[in-house]
Amino acid sequence: MFLINCPFCGEREQSEFKAGGEAHIERPKQPTELSDDEWAEFLFMRKNIKGVQFERWNHAHGCRKWFNIARDTSNDQIKAVYKMGEKPPVK
Amino acid sequence: MSKNLRFKSSKLVDETYRISFKFNNKTYYGYKGDTLASALLANDVHLVGRSFKYHRPRGIMTAGSEEPNAIIQLHDNTSRTEPNVRATEIEIYEGLVASSQNCWPSVDFDIGGINNILSPLLPAGFYYKTFMWPKSFWEKYEYFIRKSAGLGKSPKEADPDIYEHRYIHCDVLIIGAGISGIMAAKMAAKNGLKTLLVDEKSFLGGSTIYDNSEFLKINNQITSSWLEKEINEISKLKNLEIKTRTSVAAFHGYNFLLARENLTDHLPISQRKNKVRHRLLKIRAKKVISATGAIERPLIFDNNDRPGILLSSAVKKYIDLYGVACGENNILFTNNDTAYETAMSMVQRGIKVNAIIDNREEIVSKLSYEVEKNNIKIFKGYTVVDTYGYKRINGLSIMQLSKDGQKVIGKKIKLSCDSLGVSGGWTPAVHLFTQSGGKLKFRENDQVFIPNKYPSDQLSIGSCNGDFSLEEITTNTILSVKKFLNINDIDYNTFEIITGINKSKRNIWLLPSDKILGKTKSFVDYQNDATAKDIKLALREGFRSIEHVKRYTTTGMGTDQGKLGNMHALGIISETAGTKMGEHGTTTFRPPYTPLTFGTIVGRNVGEFFDIIRRTPIHDWHVTNNAKFENVGQWKRAWYYPKANENMHQAVQRESKAARECAGILDASTLGKIDIQGTDASEFLNRVYTNAWSKLAIGKCRYGLMLNEDGMVYDDGVTSRLDENHYIMTTTTGGAANVLGKLEDYLQTEWPELDVYLSSVTDHYATISVCGPHSKKIVSKVIPDLDFSDEKFPHMSFKNAKIDQIKCRVMRISFTGEQSYEINIQSNYGKSVWEKCIEAGKDFNITPYGTETMHLLRAEKGFIIVGQDTDATMTPIDLQMDWIVSKKKYDFIGKRSLYRSDTIKDDRKQLVGLLTENPEEVLEEGAQIVADIKKSPIEMLGHVTSSYYSPNLNKSIALGVVKGGKKMLGQKLIIPMENKNINVTVADPVFLDKEGERLNANL
Ligand SMILES: [Zn+2]
Repeated sequence: MFLINCPFCGEREQSEFKAGGEAHIERPKQPTELSDDEWAEFLFMRKNIKGVQFERWNHAHGCRKWFNIARDTSNDQIKAVYKMGEKPPVK
Repeated sequence: MSKNLRFKSSKLVDETYRISFKFNNKTYYGYKGDTLASALLANDVHLVGRSFKYHRPRGIMTAGSEEPNAIIQLHDNTSRTEPNVRATEIEIYEGLVASSQNCWPSVDFDIGGINNILSPLLPAGFYYKTFMWPKSFWEKYEYFIRKSAGLGKSPKEADPDIYEHRYIHCDVLIIGAGISGIMAAKMAAKNGLKTLLVDEKSFLGGSTIYDNSEFLKINNQITSSWLEKEINEISKLKNLEIKTRTSVAAFHGYNFLLARENLTDHLPISQRKNKVRHRLLKIRAKKVISATGAIERPLIFDNNDRPGILLSSAVKKYIDLYGVACGENNILFTNNDTAYETAMSMVQRGIKVNAIIDNREEIVSKLSYEVEKNNIKIFKGYTVVDTYGYKRINGLSIMQLSKDGQKVIGKKIKLSCDSLGVSGGWTPAVHLFTQSGGKLKFRENDQVFIPNKYPSDQLSIGSCNGDFSLEEITTNTILSVKKFLNINDIDYNTFEIITGINKSKRNIWLLPSDKILGKTKSFVDYQNDATAKDIKLALREGFRSIEHVKRYTTTGMGTDQGKLGNMHALGIISETAGTKMGEHGTTTFRPPYTPLTFGTIVGRNVGEFFDIIRRTPIHDWHVTNNAKFENVGQWKRAWYYPKANENMHQAVQRESKAARECAGILDASTLGKIDIQGTDASEFLNRVYTNAWSKLAIGKCRYGLMLNEDGMVYDDGVTSRLDENHYIMTTTTGGAANVLGKLEDYLQTEWPELDVYLSSVTDHYATISVCGPHSKKIVSKVIPDLDFSDEKFPHMSFKNAKIDQIKCRVMRISFTGEQSYEINIQSNYGKSVWEKCIEAGKDFNITPYGTETMHLLRAEKGFIIVGQDTDATMTPIDLQMDWIVSKKKYDFIGKRSLYRSDTIKDDRKQLVGLLTENPEEVLEEGAQIVADIKKSPIEMLGHVTSSYYSPNLNKSIALGVVKGGKKMLGQKLIIPMENKNINVTVADPVFLDKEGERLNANL
C-alpha cells in the first residue's frame, strides 16, 4: 500500500485515493476534425511501461483533487507528485 | 497404555497445571505451555495425518509455523471449527478437541492409502493429465477426490468470536524476537525510537532462549541466561511495545505490514467470551527490521516422510522447551553441526542416541568431539538410503557416500530406531523480505539465498540474513542496526563469544540411493506429496521455470507454501538442468505467511457492518408499513408493500394499477442530486449532456443523457435550472458518486477555465414523487398556496414553495408517464411531508409503491433504466433515442465516438419492445433472443433486458436488445428456454400512451 503525498493535503494512505490511468493525455480540442484512427488513439491507446510512468490520481476520500504522480512501475517508487497542468519534474 | 516421554523441568511447560484434550476422539493429557504437537509427542503419538496425494501416514515434523504435516481440524462440527491449524502452533487448553483432517475414514485406516500402492500411476501432473479430460467428467471425479483429499472442513455456522482491526504507526518495527531481534529492539528503543517488537511465538528469545549448551557462551554466560537478562531489561523500556503470538502475515510496499495478534486461542473456550480473538494489525513503520530467523532444511532421501522423522532442531526444541523426547531410540542424520547440538541436549537429559549419520567425511568441531566422547557412534561420510516402518519409523539403512557424493558405495548397514532427527542445514526465512519486493542473491559456499536489494527502508539481521554463527549474528546485528538507525549510543561494547560449532557443511540436494530414482519416494514437498522423481519428470517434460515446475508438480503449493522443501526443489532443478541456483528464478512467497482466518480479515465488518447501509429519511415509514426492501448500491429502497396475503406479483400489480387509475406515491430520495453553480454552468452542461442546455429557461426542467467519451450511455436524469447560473442535476441512484467524480474530473483536468462549482446534495433532500390522475388534487391539498394549474405549472417545470414555514421545491416531472409532482424538501422534514401526502391522498386511494412498480410503470412507457437496459455498450442511437442527441452542438462528451466506424454499424444491438404470442407469458430477464432455432450453432441476436406483466395493458411486455432490432418491427423472434421456445414479436418499445396525453390527464 502506497503512501501518497497529496499536493494539497500531504502524505496519506493509498486507500484514500483513486487511480485514474495515464497522465498527460489531453482531450482533443476539436474532436470532429479527427479521423477515426486519431480519435481511437486518444480514446483507447495507453502505455504500459516498465519504469517511470506518469499517472493521474485523485484524492477521492480527501480533498477530491486530481493530480499527477511519476511512479516507477518496476518497484512502485513514487518519484514525484505534481499538480494538474504542471510538467513532470522527472524523466 | 502409551509410553510417557515427558521429562521433568523444561523451560516452557508448567507441570503443576495439567490439561486434558482430545485428539481423534481419544483423551490425552498435557501441561500448560504445551503445543498440541508437544503434548501428542509426550504421549508417543507421532502419526497425525495423511499426505495429500498418496495418503501416506505422516507425523509431526517441526516445532513451528513451517509445519507441513501436522495440519489438524479444531473443534469439528462446531461453530468454532477451524481447518488447517498447525498442531505445532496451537497451544493446548482445557477442552481442546482436534482431529486429523486429511484422512477418510480414519487416520489409522485410510481409503486413499491405496494411492500409495498405485503411486507409479500417479506421477506429477497426474490430476491435470487424467481427471481434467474429458472436461465434462471432472464434475464426476471431483466429489470423490475432494472427499478423500480432505482439505479440511469450513464451519457451517456463524463465527461466534469477535475480531478487530487496529492501525499502528511506529518508527521501527522488528519482526522476530530471537537474539538479534531482542538486541535490535533494545538499541532502537533506548535511542528514543518508538519501537514495536513482534513474535509469532508465545515467548521471547527465539531458539537461543533454550540453548543451555556449554559450547555457546556470551561474555562467559550460557546464551539462554544472557538473553533472559536482555529480555528482562527490554521489557521495561518505555518506547518499546512487545507483542507475542503475533505473526506478520504480509509485508507490502512502503513498509505497510499486516500482522495477526492472537489473543485468545490459547485460552479455554469458557474464558473467551466477549474477548477479541484475533486482531489484525495494520502497521505502517518508518523502518522495518526483519529478524525472522531461519528454517532448518530436511534431507531428501528415500522414504524420508515416515512418522517419527523430524527436523533435528525440532527434536532439540521438544526436549529443551517442553521436556519431551521424540523417541527412546534416536538416530540423527545430518550434513552439518546442528544435529550435534541436538545430540548434546539428549545426552544432558539421558535420552538415548543410537547413532549420528553425517554426510561429511571430516568433522572437526569441539562439539562433535564431545558427542563422540559420550560413546555415540558417528557414521562419517554416510547417508540414509531407506527407512522402515509404516505408521512409525522402526529402522533405517545407511550406505557410504562416494567422494563426489553422487553415488552410494559399500555395504548397506541396517540400524533400528523409533525417531530420526534430520538436518540439512538452514534456510534464511526470507519470505517477508521477498513479499516486500526484496531481491535475493545466492551464496555459493553454504548454498543459501540471502537478502540483496531492499525495496524500502528495511534491514534483515540474524539468520534470516544468512548469519548463522553466534559471532556473526551478534557482530553484524550491532553493526548493521547502528548504521540503519543512525545511532551511536549502544550498550553492546564488549562481546566475547565462545563457540564449539563449526560451520562446515556437505550440501547434497538429492541424496543418492542404491535404487534407481523411479523406485524411490524422496519427498521434497511433504504436504503436497511432491517427490524428487516428480521434479525430474517435469524437467524431462520440458518445464524449466521454477514457477512452471511448481505448478506442474504442486511443489510449494500447500498451505505451508513449501517452507521446508522449496530450496531442494530449486537445487534438484539446477543440478538436473546443469545450471546455477537462482537461474530458473526463485518461487514467490505470497501473503499470508501463515494462513489467516476470514474473521481476522473482515474484523468488525460483519453482519450489518459488512457494508455501509444508507436509509432514506422516510425509511421508518416504509418499515412500519410493511415494505419489503431492495438493495440498490448501499441504499435500502422500498421494493413493494405487500398487503395481508399478497405475494410480490400481486402487490406490484395492485400498486401499478393504482398509480395509473388513482394516485401513487414513491420515495425517490435516493436519486443522486448535484448542485451546480457558476457563470459557466450552462456551458458545462452543454459539454456533459448530449442535448442543448443554454436555452433552458429558469424554472424549467430537462431530461439529459450523459455518455462516456466512447459514446456509450453512462447516466441519465432530469436537471432543473434554478437560476441564471444555478442548476440542480439528478442522477441515477447507483450512478450518483461516479457522475460527480466524472464531472469533477473534467472540470479539474480538461476544462479548468470553466467557472463551475459542484456539490453533492443527495442526502440533503428528501424526494417524494406523487403521480396519477389524482396527483394534482393531492399536492394542492399539501401546498394550498401554490397554483398547480397546467398554464402556471406545466410539465417539465418547477416551483419554489413552502409547506408550513419550510421551503421546498416542487418539480413537475414524470418517470411513470402519469401527471406527476416531485416534492424536494430538506431531509429531516421528509417523513412528515410524506405523511401529509398520504393523509391528503386518503380520499383518492393514494398507494405507496416501491421500486418494482416504478420499473414496471416506466417499462410500459419504454423509458430505459441505465444499467438494466444498457450495459456500457449502448449508444443513444442504439437505444432509439436519437432525439436527445444534439446535431447542432459542436462537441460534447462522447460525440465524436457516435460516428466511429463501429458505432454507425446497422447491425449493432438495439433496444426494441417485445410482445409474447401468448399475452400471459412473461419472459425471463436475461433470456437469449434468436431468429433461427435450427441453425447450428444458433446465432444469439440479443437478450431480454426488462420484462413484466402489465396490469394496465393486461398483457406481458418486455424490452430487449437485438442485433439490427430497429429494422425488425413486427418480425417474429424466438426466446429459447430450458423446456420450451417462446414466440415473440418485435414491437415499439413504447407500449402505453405514445402521445403523452396522460401527463396532463386529471380525473
Ligand atoms: Zn488531498
